[in-house]
Amino acid sequence: MILDLKKLKLRSVNEKLQNIDRKKNKRDFVVSNPEGNHAICAGLTENIDVTIKGHVGYYCAGMNQNANIIVDGNVGTGVAENMMSGKVHVKGNASQSAGATAHGGTLIIDGDASSRCGISMKGIDIIVKGSVGHMSAFMAQSGNLVVCGDAGEALGDSLYETNIYVKGKVKSLGADCEEKKMNKQHKNKLKELLKKAGSNIKPEQFKRYGSARKLYNFNIDNVSNY
Amino acid sequence: MCGIVGIYLKSKKFEKSLGGMLSKMLISMESRGPDSAGFAIYNKNKNKIYKYSICLNELSFEKFRKEIKKKIIFTKLDKNSDHVILKSTEKPGKIIPVLEGFKGISLVGYGKSIEIFKQIGKPSNVVKKFDLDNFSGTHAIGHTRMATESAITTDGSHPYSTGEDECLVHNGSLSNHNNLRRKLKKNGSKFNSDNDTEVAAGYISDSLKDRNLKQTLKKGLSDLDGFYTFIAGTHSGFAVLRDEIACKPAVIAETKDYVAISSEFQAMAHLPNVNNAKIFEPEPGIVYSWGK
Repeated sequence: MILDLKKLKLRSVNEKLQNIDRKKNKRDFVVSNPEGNHAICAGLTENIDVTIKGHVGYYCAGMNQNANIIVDGNVGTGVAENMMSGKVHVKGNASQSAGATAHGGTLIIDGDASSRCGISMKGIDIIVKGSVGHMSAFMAQSGNLVVCGDAGEALGDSLYETNIYVKGKVKSLGADCEEKKMNKQHKNKLKELLKKAGSNIKPEQFKRYGSARKLYNFNIDNVSNY
Repeated sequence: MCGIVGIYLKSKKFEKSLGGMLSKMLISMESRGPDSAGFAIYNKNKNKIYKYSICLNELSFEKFRKEIKKKIIFTKLDKNSDHVILKSTEKPGKIIPVLEGFKGISLVGYGKSIEIFKQIGKPSNVVKKFDLDNFSGTHAIGHTRMATESAITTDGSHPYSTGEDECLVHNGSLSNHNNLRRKLKKNGSKFNSDNDTEVAAGYISDSLKDRNLKQTLKKGLSDLDGFYTFIAGTHSGFAVLRDEIACKPAVIAETKDYVAISSEFQAMAHLPNVNNAKIFEPEPGIVYSWGK
C-alpha cells in the first residue's frame, strides 16, 4: 500500500500505520514524498514493513516497536529515538542523536551519523557503516554501538555499560571511556551485528571501548543484587 | 529556535527564480520562527550605484520622498511596502549621516549588490508583503525569528548588515555579546539594537577590514561565545559556520546549479533536482564558503 504524503496529511499516514487492520494482514507499506517531514512512522507497534522513499526530518521511527522501517534517504535529528524493538535501516546519512535513549531493536545507518549518535542508549544495537560525530554514546547505558568508520571527539563520555566497537580512528575518548580487551564473546557478538547489517568486515579489525567504571556508583560485581 | 536559509547560484539557470525559491524556504521555516522574517538578496552590480535599504516604520513614503529630495540630489526611490530602496551614486560616507539624521527610519543595509527587507510578523506574510517571489539575483539569505534575548521589532529582525554588501543571519544565541559590543564600540562600530546577532555582524565587519570572510569566521570561533549556526553573505557569495558543540542544526544541498542551506531539510524539499543533490551536514567548527 502506498501512502503519499503529497496527498495525505502526516497525521493520517501515521494513524494508518499505527492502527493497521489485522484481519486484512497487509503488512507492506511505502511512504512516498516524505519531503523532510518530522515524526514520520513514529509510534508504530505492529510487525509491518515500511519503506520511506526519500529524505525525512526529525524523530523518524521514534518509539518504534516491532516494525521494520527502511528510509531510502537521509534522516534528521533523533531517528529511532527511544525505539523499543524492531529494525530501522537508513540508507543515507543520519543527523545528530541517532538512536537516542533507545531500549532495544536494531538501527542500521549505511552512511555517516553526526554528533551524539547513541546518546543515553539503553539496549539498542546501532551499526553505522560510515563515521560518527562528537560525543557519540554519551552516557550510553546498555547495548552495542558499532562504527565501521571513524569516531569524533569525546567518544563514550560518562559511559555506563554499552560496548562500543570502532574500526577506524577515534579522535578522542570521553571521560571514563577506555579501550578494552576484545574477548571471544565480543568477537562473536560483533560478527552477529555486522552480519545483521550486511557487512562482511572481520571483527578482528575493530577495537572495543567501554567504561572504566570509575565515574558511576553502580558496581558491576553486585549486578545480581540490582 | 529560529530558521535560517540561503541559496547561492553556481550557474545562471535559476537567477530569475531565486526569489521564489527563497520564499518557499522561508515559509517552510515558519514553525521555527513565527515572530519576524527577513531576507537579503544580491544582484550583480553593473555600475557605481549604491543601494540603501531603508525601513520607513511609521513614516509615510510621501513625507520621506519630500524630505530626502531636499538633502540628496541624484536619487531614485523604489518603494516596496514599508521599505524603500534608495539608489544613488553618492558614496555611503555622505548618504549614511543624512539617513541617520532622519528620525523614525532604519537603515537596514547598503551596498552595490545587496537589498534587505525585514519585518515583524509571520514569514508567510512578510514574503508576500515584499513580493519576494518576483525577485531575481545571484544569491540570497533569509531568516525566520523566534525571539529570545531581545524584543520583537524590525531592528531585532535578521538579516543584520553592518558593512557594505555584508549581512548575517544567526540561529542560536551569544553569551558574550555585551562585552564584545563595548569593545567594538570603542573601535567605532555602531549598533541599533540590543541584539546579540547584530554584535556578531559588527564583529565580522570589523574583522573583514584585515581578513577575508573565511579567516574572519575562523577567528570568530574563539571570539564568539555561544551557540550558533551562521550564514554570512558578501557581494560575491556566502559562508556557513556552526559552533563546535553544534546544537543548532544545518543541512546543505549542493547540485551543479546551486548550493542551498537551511536549518531543516524540509525547507529544501521543493528545490529543483534536490533529490539528486549532494546532501550533508556542515561539520562543527569548520567554515564552508562559496564565492569569494
